[in-house]
Amino acid sequence: MLKLRQLKEKQKAQAAAEGHNNSSTPTTSISAAQLRLQKDITELDLPHTIKVQFPDPSNFFTFNLTITPQQGYYRSGHFHFKVDINNNFPIDPPKIKCLNKIYHPNIDLEGNICLNILREDWSPVLSLSQVLMGLNFLLLEPNANDPLNKQAANVLAKDPRQFERNVYNSMRGGYIDSVYFDNVMKK
Amino acid sequence: MRDLSSILPLVETAGPFNEVPEEYDPHDSLLSLATTKILVIGAGGLGCEILKNLALTGFKDIHVIDMDTIELSNLNRQFLFRPEDIGKSKAEVAARAIIARIGDDNLKITPYFGKIQDKPREYYRQFSVVISGLDSIEARRWINATLMALVDEETLVPLIDGGTEGLRGQSRVILPTISSCFECSLDLLSPKVTYPVCTIANTPRLPEHCIEWANQLQWPRHFPDRKFDADNPDDVDWMYQMAKTRADEFKIEGVTRSLTLGVVKNIIPAIASTNAVIAASCCNEAFKFVTNSNPLLNNYMMYSGDESIFTYTYPYAKKDNCPVCGNMPKWVKAERWWTLDQFIEELSTKQEVQMTRPSLTTSSRYLYLSNPEELEKLTRTNLSKKLSDLLAPGEEIVVTDPKLPISMKVLVEFVGSEVDPEFINK
Repeated sequence: MLKLRQLKEKQKAQAAAEGHNNSSTPTTSISAAQLRLQKDITELDLPHTIKVQFPDPSNFFTFNLTITPQQGYYRSGHFHFKVDINNNFPIDPPKIKCLNKIYHPNIDLEGNICLNILREDWSPVLSLSQVLMGLNFLLLEPNANDPLNKQAANVLAKDPRQFERNVYNSMRGGYIDSVYFDNVMKK
Repeated sequence: MRDLSSILPLVETAGPFNEVPEEYDPHDSLLSLATTKILVIGAGGLGCEILKNLALTGFKDIHVIDMDTIELSNLNRQFLFRPEDIGKSKAEVAARAIIARIGDDNLKITPYFGKIQDKPREYYRQFSVVISGLDSIEARRWINATLMALVDEETLVPLIDGGTEGLRGQSRVILPTISSCFECSLDLLSPKVTYPVCTIANTPRLPEHCIEWANQLQWPRHFPDRKFDADNPDDVDWMYQMAKTRADEFKIEGVTRSLTLGVVKNIIPAIASTNAVIAASCCNEAFKFVTNSNPLLNNYMMYSGDESIFTYTYPYAKKDNCPVCGNMPKWVKAERWWTLDQFIEELSTKQEVQMTRPSLTTSSRYLYLSNPEELEKLTRTNLSKKLSDLLAPGEEIVVTDPKLPISMKVLVEFVGSEVDPEFINK
């Protein structure tokens, strides 16, 4: 371990030259995931149509989102999502589920969401803001090419007017093809 | 009982590449080999090899941690285990097997059956070197950050990290704060294979798509309150049948029980010889480090056995803004009477970086978060509290700010009086 001693001495001399001498270590350390998430959360830059709520203010790894689109098929609805981030962030992507049962080609009845950057195209360089903007985009521009709710996608592709009516009715708590959808017009 | 005749020639004289030949003493080398406390993390594929190598090269005080139990599928390469050991702790069985095989009364192996995160940080200070043969990125990041945080004037515990995947592997020597760390190279990792949900749900083309359909979409629908248990044969059968039905419907071939298990458990094929090569490299480094006989690996060795053998060693560069090693805590003085607000004011104006809206947290609480609004409201009440009341002694503060590339770690040195001197004067 001689080499190590040599290196340590070099490092110490350098530190002394720079004028730090207090080098006792902290008693607790913060996980790398928290470091990164703190950066992402405190720098969230969201339009006023996206609101975040923290049910447990002492834990920002789990939070809720409400998106209220101002335009598109889903305008004026309040869509609730749950975001779960694990301790392996940003290697693992955030997990996002839709809490309402909604009529949407890319969101199924269990709340699973088909958004590429949440799965196959996730990369640690993506920020939380970018993910939430992606989610917002999905509500503004539902996409019939990547269906998760096939029926809804078919209607959107073949008859956008009918799709618009279906979305309108489903958002007010109604049945589409004998499936009941949640009323998302209330706050 | 084995003698050391095979390693004596290596330590009797300083090697030709020795960096400190004038200080080299073979006697010290042998003594340090016999007394060094070494920790092995993981007693699986790499771990078995590592433990065997260390015991045979003369290490006498070995500790081993593993949270897993032995499974049938381990036995082809984890040679310290036998069929009757299935279900028992890997660390404990491995320790017993080595002791029984080596038959040396001076050899001590201390197993711990549990997670590395169970042990407090100070536990790791007792070791001269840590070798890890882990299968998870999360555990590697944890041990890397932990050893980094231990660095002080007396302590620097090197991490020798081995990893294998099929016919490829890597070994590296991490000297905390001196050479690049695991976190510096996170970008190198290839992402886990995932499939688009829409493909899984509507247009499966591969057997894996069918298995993921059963796993991701059908399981939560049928068993909303229960997690899939890969060790429960009934669960695995259910998953396999579900995937098989799906595959038949789309005329996809290749869904088998073992593929099902492979996909849901994310199993990476393990090859015994790759483990042996990588473990040998790791133990080689541990031996050189402890005996000073030869220079250490600088600092990253990649091995590929895909086509004949290719290895390449190069110094992986330290990342300047690495959140773990590029970011050692900085000491900042604060008056004992300061409120959090006053401290933030001091931080944002007196540091080299002029911060615009800093946020501060510790590992136990959020002190102040400037954004989003909701968290700002919840933490605003802390601003008028005394900083010294909010912090545990020696607690580290993490500061993030849009002006900082990552974050800054701060340790507070409290000075002065408990009460505002101006206040006393009045």
